[in-house]
Amino acid sequence: MSQQMTSKVELELPAGPVVTERRASLRWLMLAVGLVVVLALPWFVYPPVAMDIAAWGLFAISVDLLLGYTGLLSFGHAAFWGTSAYATGLIAIHVGLPFPVAVIGGAVVAMVIAVPTGYLAVRRTGIYFAMVTLAFAQMLYFIANQWRDVTGGENGLQGIPKSFFGIELVETDSFYFYYAAIPLILLGVLIAWRIVNSPFGRVLVAIRDNPARARALGYDVERYKILVFVLSAGLAGLAGGVFSISHGFASLQELVWTTSGKVVLITVLGGIGTLWGGPLGAAVVVLLEDKLASSGFNGIGIITGTIFVVIVLAFRHGIWGTARNGVNAWLHRRRVKSGQSM
Amino acid sequence: MSAFIQYTLQGLANGGFYALSALGLAVIFGVLGVVNFSHGACYMLGAVISAVLLDQLGLGFWVALPLVTVLMFGFGVLMERLLVRWLLKLDPLYNFLLTFGVTLFLVDFVKRRYGVSSLPYQVPAGLEGRVEIAGVGLSKYLIFAALFSVLVCVGVWMLLTKTRIGMIVRASTENAERSRALGINVGRWVTPVFGFGIALAGLAGVLAAPFRAINADMGSTFIIILFAVVVIGGLGSILGAVVAGFLVGLVEAYGQGYAGQFSQVLIFVLMAAVVLVRPAGLFGREEAA
Repeated sequence: MSQQMTSKVELELPAGPVVTERRASLRWLMLAVGLVVVLALPWFVYPPVAMDIAAWGLFAISVDLLLGYTGLLSFGHAAFWGTSAYATGLIAIHVGLPFPVAVIGGAVVAMVIAVPTGYLAVRRTGIYFAMVTLAFAQMLYFIANQWRDVTGGENGLQGIPKSFFGIELVETDSFYFYYAAIPLILLGVLIAWRIVNSPFGRVLVAIRDNPARARALGYDVERYKILVFVLSAGLAGLAGGVFSISHGFASLQELVWTTSGKVVLITVLGGIGTLWGGPLGAAVVVLLEDKLASSGFNGIGIITGTIFVVIVLAFRHGIWGTARNGVNAWLHRRRVKSGQSM
Repeated sequence: MSAFIQYTLQGLANGGFYALSALGLAVIFGVLGVVNFSHGACYMLGAVISAVLLDQLGLGFWVALPLVTVLMFGFGVLMERLLVRWLLKLDPLYNFLLTFGVTLFLVDFVKRRYGVSSLPYQVPAGLEGRVEIAGVGLSKYLIFAALFSVLVCVGVWMLLTKTRIGMIVRASTENAERSRALGINVGRWVTPVFGFGIALAGLAGVLAAPFRAINADMGSTFIIILFAVVVIGGLGSILGAVVAGFLVGLVEAYGQGYAGQFSQVLIFVLMAAVVLVRPAGLFGREEAA
């Protein structure tokens, strides 16, 4: 394992990338490839499925922001994804605003909900943090289930329109809708990337690696945690809003704890602390579920549960983390070799 | 008044399941440092296995009670040996995730095999009907379930405080490192303790079988409430698990009786209040952060 952390954090995170010039150019290349893949996706995958991948990808990034960069496992992130799914839907139905505005409105509502939740949850760390967030998500689930007049209870919120400035192609054709909605997802990814690569992001990593030291250096650890929690909730909300607009409905499924679990699965599968792993994990899980569902197999949990167990037991760096470690090792070997030949 | 007594009994019976299961969760956490997400699924398995025993082999409640508990002990031992053991040295989050994966597997496995509709089960012979106490008709089985849970909790308490095994387990819970230094082989107790915790969850499942709907999803809400219970009680604390279990059971029952539709939210409000005032839980100690 390539990490040389002196701290006590036992999560197996890949070492932070050392940006040499070659790495920087490699990074731009990868970014370009990523963008092409995102834009080409609905040509190869059924567009609504492509939209699901994008939404789950951003959702996973929001979880990674907490888990990978701050060392907090939120096991209740469905609260923000689901709250925004409902809020976005309600705005789109009752106010009739174009869907990007509704989605941003939904994300704001998710952030508002995240303030008290985060305030309470950051009082505990580690496994307790996971349980507290999980419990709050379940509370929202119960509320959505009981508040039938607004949420539609078990029927969910149906008939959410894709209003988009009267452009019919976007409103009816899921292929064009993808291109209208993907900027929202990319905006979320950009925000996450900015957060991670900012001084604020470095403080988060410092808190992850050694909270006591960060505190000793004068950082208000709790405030940083609440702030990143709320930002992460906003990203989850952005993803959840796009998801509900894309599907045209919001259901209790969006708030249930298995959804919180699924996004953590996607994040770990992609690789925690990598940011880019999220969309990769999302692609694998969404495509797999789509395949299983269309083949009529009713026991998806048997497969996803097994995958989860295997990843956690034997593959903890995830897809991206393993690939990155592989590339790092290869580059290192090459450098050693060229050093010898000189 | 009669309604109040009804709710109290209902609350104590529900609280009994929570207390039993939370006790298992607390013991496992204490000795292994693992938060077992699959505890709700094990509770569900306990109930489903008793229903299957009755349906396939005609074995009733009184046979199922000890048999399922032993079976679940075995299941726990297997799970610890095959899976949990490999992650014990790592951050506890990994075992939390592992057991979450196990939960997904178990729930969908049962769903695939036995469908989503509830399996039938009857109230065991001798405990049908109601008994008149102080002019209030109370279900005999609920009284039995509440008393039995209290009895098991007391039994476990005695086991932990009055026996040598209990002393070792408590010492390992308190401080595994120091226990080791004093010559106790903590590692030897890891597997049986895990099995024991799972067996308690299974036992709660059997007890729940006669009056709860038995299906693959019955553990889904249960596990979340269980987490609220251990957050309220303080995860490391065995006494806390039992007290908070009964407390949450009562809050839930009174809530359903008097507060109507938002009753389940009450549990989480209680949890939020505890986290706010005493982050470590009612009986917990402040963790080093």
